[in-house]
Amino acid sequence: MSEPLVRARDVSKSFQKGRERVEVLHGLNLDITSGDFVALMGPSGSGKTTLLNMLGGLDKPTSGTISVDEQQLERMSSAALAHWRSRHVGFIFQLYNLLPMLSAARNVEVPLLLTPLKAAERRKHVATALEIVGLTDRAAHRPSELSGGQEQRVAIARAIVSDPTLLLCDEPTGDLDRTTADEILELLRALNAEHRKTVVMVTHDPRAAGFAKRTLHLDKGTLINGGAA
Amino acid sequence: MKYAFLVWKNLWRRRTRTILTVLSVLIAFMLFGLLSAFNYAFTIGTDMANANRLVTIHKISLIQPLPISYLQRIRALPGVEDVTHANWFGGYYQDQRNQAPQFPVDAASYLRLYPELELPDAQREAWLADRAGMIVGSALAEQFDWSVGDRIPIQATIWTREDGGRSWEFVIDGIFTMEEGRGGDNFMLFHYDYFNEARAFGEDMVGWYVLRVADSADPAQVAAAIDAQFANSFAETKTSTERAFAESFVQQFGDIGLIVSAVLGAVFFTILLVAGNTMAHAVRERIPEMAVLKTVGFSNGSVLALVLTESIVIAVLGGSVGLGLSWLALESIPAAVSNALPGLFLPPQAIGTGLLYMLAVGVAAGILPALQAGRLTIAEALRRA
Repeated sequence: MSEPLVRARDVSKSFQKGRERVEVLHGLNLDITSGDFVALMGPSGSGKTTLLNMLGGLDKPTSGTISVDEQQLERMSSAALAHWRSRHVGFIFQLYNLLPMLSAARNVEVPLLLTPLKAAERRKHVATALEIVGLTDRAAHRPSELSGGQEQRVAIARAIVSDPTLLLCDEPTGDLDRTTADEILELLRALNAEHRKTVVMVTHDPRAAGFAKRTLHLDKGTLINGGAA
Repeated sequence: MKYAFLVWKNLWRRRTRTILTVLSVLIAFMLFGLLSAFNYAFTIGTDMANANRLVTIHKISLIQPLPISYLQRIRALPGVEDVTHANWFGGYYQDQRNQAPQFPVDAASYLRLYPELELPDAQREAWLADRAGMIVGSALAEQFDWSVGDRIPIQATIWTREDGGRSWEFVIDGIFTMEEGRGGDNFMLFHYDYFNEARAFGEDMVGWYVLRVADSADPAQVAAAIDAQFANSFAETKTSTERAFAESFVQQFGDIGLIVSAVLGAVFFTILLVAGNTMAHAVRERIPEMAVLKTVGFSNGSVLALVLTESIVIAVLGGSVGLGLSWLALESIPAAVSNALPGLFLPPQAIGTGLLYMLAVGVAAGILPALQAGRLTIAEALRRA
């Protein structure tokens, strides 16, 4: 069996809340192979977003190890993690988190600013990403001029423009109506199936989870249907 | 450069706030430019002063005259290489507003003592040979459209003629320039002998002496020897270096440097608060966006640099326009004012200092918000979004 793309071992995470220490994840183990599409479900406060953040190197575990593509994330410095994120991970958020003063194309271009690509090459990559998400005709529009679904498409284009291996989605359809949500989920499925992106998606919606290849359930900081091989 | 659009777009997201901040920086630097020009105009004399020249005036004040007989006694002192003398004339040309300085001087020795005064040889000879002749600075000649050979009537405000008249007529024998450039060549010189013979009072008195000390002599000792020579006489003297003389002259108006520094200090402190407040607001309202930048791979340092650049752009934008406007204002000052205060222009060193101040204001106003942005924890900031 091939080495998993994402491997989490004995991962625990706790936060200090006032005088109280809150443990969010307890000794969690998880394997995700390359090309997988995993839905991560669970009630609010179960630690889904915390786990997603740690898989994407936005946060570090209190104990345990997380490796992505054989890179030990918890050992990396903040600068090294930033560099790693720019090359290997694309993030998609529930509220899109686009930069409001930039056009769709400029929003998509932002991650490419960290690469040595020239302006013309960046424009080419941006055009390709916008074409994949079906928003070529909206390239010059600002987020305030787009619908929620279109904004999320721009966010997806931004997530894939630097061709990362891993897409991490935090409730990507949580703010969309059903029809638009289905379109977004279809797009994610296509990215997984046709572009070989490994997708991890946090969701509350079983219908959304139905688009994934497998679903993991997290409750009180523990995967209840087993995440590791 | 590829980040320029990010900085620019962020600056204009709150158009009114940015414009108001740029305007306040603009006004501060316009004030800086104008005050620097006034400071320079008041101190240009001290800058141009020569360390080897001493000035001897009456101990009581510059207004009190000294006898011409002191000339030989000063010249005879050890360490004195050359001596000349001058008077304040205080006249005007045609209109009282045209009060460019005029000095009756001993022409030959004055030209020897002031080699920085550049005059073509032929004009020099012509002036030395012409008792009623005068030489004028090129700035004045340009302002009044004077040429060599013109007869110029100067109206006296102090020195009436023996015949009771106030009009003194001179022929322009030469037009001089000063090697220091702008602001130094706006005066007129004519012969002391001509003036002394024709004036109604104050005969055989001069305003002050200027002397050059020999290289081997100690200026302080020479100055002390001169003052000792005339101690307990009816006209005691006070001798100082030309620089000290120029500085004490300027001090009559107050400590211009201190006044300028105090005003600018208050202005820049206020600007720092205004620009700092703007940047603090700009960062606070963009915390989720900064978290997104970090999420896609911007390092803490890059985010810090972006915020700091925004702050510096505001300072440089406002500052440059402000300095530019002060330059325009100074260039359009009427000639009558610039003659009364030569050197009233934006000095090149003020531009350099201004640029440094712009960077300093930009960094000082932006550094705390920039550090805040740089230290932002992504997960925490995204939660706030």
